[in-house]
Amino acid sequence: MSQLRADAAGPGAVRARPMSPFLGVWRWHVTMAASICTRVSGGALYVGLLIVVGLALSLAAGPDAYNRYAGLLGSPLGLLILFGITVANFYHLAAGVRHLAFDSGKGFLPTTANITAWLCFAFAIVASVTVFAIGLMLRA
Amino acid sequence: MSRSSLRTPLARARGLGSAHSGVGSFISERATSVALVPLTLWAVYAGIRLGQGGYDGAVAFLQSPLNAVMAALLVFVSALHMKMGMQVIIEDYIHLPRSKLPALLLNSGLCWLAAAIGVFSILKVALVGVGAH
Repeated sequence: MSQLRADAAGPGAVRARPMSPFLGVWRWHVTMAASICTRVSGGALYVGLLIVVGLALSLAAGPDAYNRYAGLLGSPLGLLILFGITVANFYHLAAGVRHLAFDSGKGFLPTTANITAWLCFAFAIVASVTVFAIGLMLRA
Repeated sequence: MSRSSLRTPLARARGLGSAHSGVGSFISERATSVALVPLTLWAVYAGIRLGQGGYDGAVAFLQSPLNAVMAALLVFVSALHMKMGMQVIIEDYIHLPRSKLPALLLNSGLCWLAAAIGVFSILKVALVGVGAH
């Protein structure tokens, strides 16, 4: 609307600058969900790396600090957060590869884009459950 | 030409176009993405290994040169990648200069700090080992 009004006001008026699309303007679709999840999982991995750096710092600080930190990560809440970061990691990895294909001009057909979006979600869940099962089995 | 302003069209257009510095960012984003494919897969392996051995196992893990280099690269390349990613999010959603600039500075500072602390901690454990804290 503001864009239309600026156009109607004539060439001398300052036109509204284009803005990035936000959640409110999209109808739900698997490709838009894949796009948003790429950004959200990136945000989760931002926190994830800070947790990893905290682990490295506690390891450098000695056994007491490390055992306390690792104990927090091994608690039920800690494991839940680690599982979330694992899902985000695998999702962002698959979505990143999908976007590298997009950047080289491949995969833009609507059916292809839909299928690869679903594949990213499926890969994230299957890989995370598998890795967590292996990790917990080796730990026990 | 009917204009309500005395400013020339060039003056109105100036500063609103491309900043001419986008290509470098584009390439850096993709280069770090490609590097992070093997690094994040290694991170999953490292996470499983670190879940087993406790403190001694973790120190022994990082004393392997390959693990130390992979861990340092993981932290450093991730920090670069997430700095660029969060910068795009901030530029997309925060438009007020008085909150945008502090957000960008905070993001840069946090990422470089995480990279420095992470790499230093990994090198310390890798080079010094147990008992030097």
